[in-house]
Amino acid sequence: MDTQIKTAQYKEVYVWETPVRFYHWINAISILILSVTGYLIGNPPAITQAVEASYSYWFGIVRFIHFATAYVFFFNFLMRIYWGFVGNQYARWTNFIPFKKAQWKEVVDVLRVDIVQLQEKPLVKLGHNALASITYFLTFIAFVLMSLTGFGIYSAMSDSWFPQQFTWFVHLLGGDLPARQLHHILMWFFIVFAIIHIYLTIYHDYVERHGVLSSMIGGWKFAKDEDKKADQDSDTIENAEEKTI
Amino acid sequence: MSRKKPTVYDEIRAQGYSRRDFLKFCGMMGAFLGLEASGITQMVKALETKPRLPLIWLHGQECTCCSESFIRSSHPIVADILLNKVSLDYTETLMAAAGHQAEAARQATMEKYKGEYLLLVEGSVPTKDDGVYCVIGGKTFENIVNEAAEGAKAVIAWGNCASSGCVQAANPNPTSATPIHKIVKGKPVINVQGCPPIAEVMAGVVVHLLTFDRLPQLDKHGRPKAFYSRRIHDTCYRRPNYDAGLFVESFDDDNARKGYCLYKMGCRGPVTYNSCGVIKWNNGVSFPIQSGHPCIGCSEANFWDNGPFYSHLPSFPGFGIEKNADDIGLALGAITATGIAAHAVATNIRKRRLIQSGRMKDKKQNSNT
Ligand code: HEM
Ligand code: SF4
Repeated sequence: MDTQIKTAQYKEVYVWETPVRFYHWINAISILILSVTGYLIGNPPAITQAVEASYSYWFGIVRFIHFATAYVFFFNFLMRIYWGFVGNQYARWTNFIPFKKAQWKEVVDVLRVDIVQLQEKPLVKLGHNALASITYFLTFIAFVLMSLTGFGIYSAMSDSWFPQQFTWFVHLLGGDLPARQLHHILMWFFIVFAIIHIYLTIYHDYVERHGVLSSMIGGWKFAKDEDKKADQDSDTIENAEEKTI
Repeated sequence: MSRKKPTVYDEIRAQGYSRRDFLKFCGMMGAFLGLEASGITQMVKALETKPRLPLIWLHGQECTCCSESFIRSSHPIVADILLNKVSLDYTETLMAAAGHQAEAARQATMEKYKGEYLLLVEGSVPTKDDGVYCVIGGKTFENIVNEAAEGAKAVIAWGNCASSGCVQAANPNPTSATPIHKIVKGKPVINVQGCPPIAEVMAGVVVHLLTFDRLPQLDKHGRPKAFYSRRIHDTCYRRPNYDAGLFVESFDDDNARKGYCLYKMGCRGPVTYNSCGVIKWNNGVSFPIQSGHPCIGCSEANFWDNGPFYSHLPSFPGFGIEKNADDIGLALGAITATGIAAHAVATNIRKRRLIQSGRMKDKKQNSNT
């Protein structure tokens, strides 16, 4: 018989805490909405036959959805930064910034194993691997730039005090047009990121059997005992305790 | 000499304008400046009691469209009195004197009214190669500006050239054209932006300085808020078409005839701060958008480099003029997809091997037991 039945001892590890999972999905949905509405704002479709302007407001509504979602996106992001300080070892902000040599070494390993596939043995990492962490760090920078440019250009359209706090950034860039240009370019960063991100999570699930795909829903990953140990040894945080909620 | 210096009002009357004309002028200026009724009274009083403000108007690297705009102001008092006949002590293009006489007049004004006169600069300052690209009467423009700024009460930078360098500062800026606020140190500089600025805006700024003796509120780019706090887009009469998503697709289509929004034709209204939609041009007759042309954003820094004018997105830096962010983004997306396809193939080969080696192990285990 060709069917393979193997028994291995797997442990559940609670990796992504509830706030992290909520953050992830709220972020994903809001970026999707922001990209779709943003794209429409930048490239509105041609309508050649229509009622007069008095009876229609669809472009205004698209913009409204963009701005409303922008607030959700922004405060959700702030929440995640906060959680980077109080969350568990996998959520810590220190994971995301490559301070240590070991992190850079891991980046090379990840490139060898997962990307160019020179090495066969899969790496075991329960949180983000170092390359992923750096990529997320870049997205965080993009989030910041997106918020600065977005609220900066929004300040011209709103009387509320909040967007007015961002006008300095538009000034720094030299005006609304460069700010808008940067805002538009960064959308493509998110699109490219999303393609790679979705593909790679599927890839990891496909070859590694830790349950990465479902982990962002339930929070658990599955690991053999020795995997778990290896992971904790290489962790950037000393004496990291596992927190559960 | 005990004789009182004639006030602005005296000079206006001497030119043959009635008091009624004068009050109308004040009312108009007050409205443009957004003053309340008491502010207009203050203005009337100021013009009645204060002597005229001495002005020195310098021309550097420019095309004189700012002067042209000013003398076409909708109210005769602006051009006739404030500029031509009364106030201007020195301006190359409009004064009768020429050559040494003119230079002498400038020197005389600078000495006589030290600390009192207003310096108005039209044009940018080339700083490259010791400033040889703009020399007037044997002096570089940089020197002239600095000298004149020294005794000035305040400096007004007319237009985009003086405020941000305009076309001569466009990439690659061969003469290092520099705006006035980067040349003059230690004096307040008001940037009256636009290529050219609207005449009423120019007059409004001068009248404000004369009336209140202090700078108008400025935005972060040094532009008077009274005229530059709102975008063209916020005051544009085509805005309902924008909100309804009704856009001109090409200059000769039916939508253009219907007067739909020019956003997709590259209109810079959404990113440009100016009063064109309110005050308009040529005595309030029209403004670019009203005549069917998108705004090119002439009151913003670097507007020449943010082209092409007729597309919504500027070209992407470093990729030639017809490539914008969307072209680059799409190309990147395609490259990513290709990479992923290759990777997926490699992964499947690897996974197959993994499964097969699993089978081998299983077989071995089976034979062992
Ligand atoms: C991932 C997040 C975001 C994406 C992908 C995105 C995308 C876009 C795009 C493509 C445009 C069109 C730009 C153009 O061509 O002119 C746009 C416009 C705009 N976005 Fe965003 N955006 C995001 C976040 C934000 C945030 C956080 C704000 C904050 C308020 C914001 C505010 C704006 C504003 C004000 C405009 C101009 C709308 C108009 O003029 O009507 N965006 N966005
Ligand atoms: S024509 Fe230009 S300024 Fe007017 S609504 Fe359209 S985009 Fe805005």
